[in-house]
Amino acid sequence: MTAAPTEALRPAPTPEPGEEPISPNLPLTPTQLEAFGEEMDAIRQRIIASLGEEDAAYIRKVVKAQRAFEVAGRALFYLPPAWPLAVASLSISKIIDNMEIGHNVMHGQYDWMGDPGLNSRMFEWDNVCPSEQWKYSHNYIHHTFTNIVGKDRDIGYGVLRMDPDQKWHPYYLGNPVYAFLLMVFFEWGVALHDLEVENIVAGKRKISENAALHRGIMRKVKRQALKDYVLFPALTGPLFPLTFAGNATANLVRNIWAFNIIFCGHFPAGVASFSMEESEDESRGQWYLRQLLGSANITGSPLFHVMSGNLSHQIEHHLFPDLPARRYPEIADEVREICERYGLQYNTGPLHSQLLSVAKKICRYALPDDVSEVPGVPLLQRLLGRRKPAPVAVVPDAA
Amino acid sequence: MSLTSALLRSRAVAALASPHGVDRYLELVNPMWAAREVRARVVDVHRETSGEHPVATITLQPTSTWRGHRAGQYVQVGIEVPGARRTTRCFTISSAASAPGERFTLTVRAHGEGLVSKFLVEQAQPGFLVHLSQAQGEFCLDESPATPTNNHLLFITGGSGITPAMSMVRTLLRDGYDGHAGRKVTFLHYARGPEDQIFADELARIAAADNGVRVVLRHESAGDPLFSAIDLAREVPNFREVDTWVCGPAGLMERVETAYDGSPRLRTERFKPPVVTAGTAEGDVVFARSGEQAPNSGASILEQAEAAGLTPEFGCRMGICFSCTARKSEGTVRNVLTGEESSLPDEEVRICVSAPVGDCVVDL
Repeated sequence: MTAAPTEALRPAPTPEPGEEPISPNLPLTPTQLEAFGEEMDAIRQRIIASLGEEDAAYIRKVVKAQRAFEVAGRALFYLPPAWPLAVASLSISKIIDNMEIGHNVMHGQYDWMGDPGLNSRMFEWDNVCPSEQWKYSHNYIHHTFTNIVGKDRDIGYGVLRMDPDQKWHPYYLGNPVYAFLLMVFFEWGVALHDLEVENIVAGKRKISENAALHRGIMRKVKRQALKDYVLFPALTGPLFPLTFAGNATANLVRNIWAFNIIFCGHFPAGVASFSMEESEDESRGQWYLRQLLGSANITGSPLFHVMSGNLSHQIEHHLFPDLPARRYPEIADEVREICERYGLQYNTGPLHSQLLSVAKKICRYALPDDVSEVPGVPLLQRLLGRRKPAPVAVVPDAA
Repeated sequence: MSLTSALLRSRAVAALASPHGVDRYLELVNPMWAAREVRARVVDVHRETSGEHPVATITLQPTSTWRGHRAGQYVQVGIEVPGARRTTRCFTISSAASAPGERFTLTVRAHGEGLVSKFLVEQAQPGFLVHLSQAQGEFCLDESPATPTNNHLLFITGGSGITPAMSMVRTLLRDGYDGHAGRKVTFLHYARGPEDQIFADELARIAAADNGVRVVLRHESAGDPLFSAIDLAREVPNFREVDTWVCGPAGLMERVETAYDGSPRLRTERFKPPVVTAGTAEGDVVFARSGEQAPNSGASILEQAEAAGLTPEFGCRMGICFSCTARKSEGTVRNVLTGEESSLPDEEVRICVSAPVGDCVVDL
């Protein structure tokens, strides 16, 4: 379903004489920003005014499908030859639960329905990260301070170096290894994210501040572990080890999938990051612009969009985080057209090229910037060479 | 069924259904199966009166999770009005006290702007599903046919306020109450006219039977007197010493309270009148939990709460992160981003982008 823009296309306003773009990362002038913000607000209002039965029916259908995959997955573990099918079914269930349902419901996208089962304040997802903590670190910190280095803790999750503005340290030589581990243990990484361990190590945060968070995580971890690693395996009797392994595999599959979709949303080449200074006192238009330039989409089929929780429309999600995700494809055409008129980059591409771009970034930022930018010198030599400062020629004073 | 429901309510099943809960699975199979939540199907809709604000009695078959009700209690009813938005309102239960899982009735008057009441009266059909709370409220009958007292009971009601009193009288009669033990019941009801008289036939039958219940109906259009202490004293001479339940429009309630002059025998139940609002920076904002109150400055609820010295939780302050969501229990708010106004009671609003329009009560 694509909706045509309701009014004739307006050209982007020409800057007033003497007006400068906000910054190289934010290439619009204040006049253009205001018009841009108004166009974004208009999209938002139009969608909000049209929310209703179709959106409700959609999310209920998705919930029904997810529960069916879950029940089927749990049941198929009683048939040992169907083990791969059981794992697949449970993996799909966990992916949909976390992405198209959990992530979106907890953004308040369906709060207008008044259904407690789909309410952002009451929903809990099938993931070790307690929804309450995730809503703080994701909905508030990440969505408000998107891609502001030093504020948005999703840049590198406190573990990785993903941006040249993060100061290099020999620790980051392990970037690719940390990224791999973060992918495998993604739900645990997300759960521990709020503890800000890196800030404790750096002495910026007291360990006592974590007591309540820690309790919340442990409560959730116990429930998730009891269900996946004790109760359901025990219910299959002698098949305990198989079911146990199957549940672990489903969690792993979900982790790998979620990590990759999420990393493709903010870290491919061409996505901008911002400094605290250039994001101070920003207008609504500037906020929209930062969200747009700090996100990236992934092209794909409708099924792919559902399985990624429509985070394949990360740009539209960051512009309108509380609009039902099923509306993002419909909004995307319009956003793209607006970007063309304003000469703004709209970062999108197929999954494989976005993944490759992210992988390159993870490897590149493992190395210090000056080293990784010198071509033709072997890596080891570059690293070793860096420790030896070049001799400084002393020029005697001519006087 | 009891074994099944005990199983469904068990901790083991809850652990298996974690984190979504058993009901989120059961409802997909059959909405009438529930482990904790309460829902009901409409089984009958009976028109009581017609006219501009018609009244209907709706019979509900609740899920087995319904714990029953005491006569005089009310229940929150949530329905999905067209547009897929669930809206919740309170209605008094009109049938005699119910046991767990037992059917009960609501008697509802369709108000002009009452989304839920209008829908229930005019459009609900047998089979329609409603969401319920458990029965609530303390405006209840303590007496029963087995109560070893000879207290005289007095019910004073006006308009739709008849429903809790009707539930109490029906409970007494169903449970074998009779007046032969020297206990009297007086049922005094004020209605606009005979055409607006709810339960007319049943009240006539009760009045005619030999049961110790005296029914006094006052119809304004027939020239009957409005409530006055003198009029009441003619019916019940020592009324201040009689256990009395009063429920009805605000005007009637005030006159009754004045007549009783602080007597502890009087029990009251008020229906919240709809708050009519206009303008943007008028009225008062009440922060219910902290007890603070301030004139509405027109700023967002969050800013006004902070100005009043409260420290509500917030995040982005621009309506995107939902950290500041709070319950608005009364009044109208305007979404400052969309200009959309909303007057639903007990509504979750993002206080950083909601400004009160006139009087407003927020649970902060």
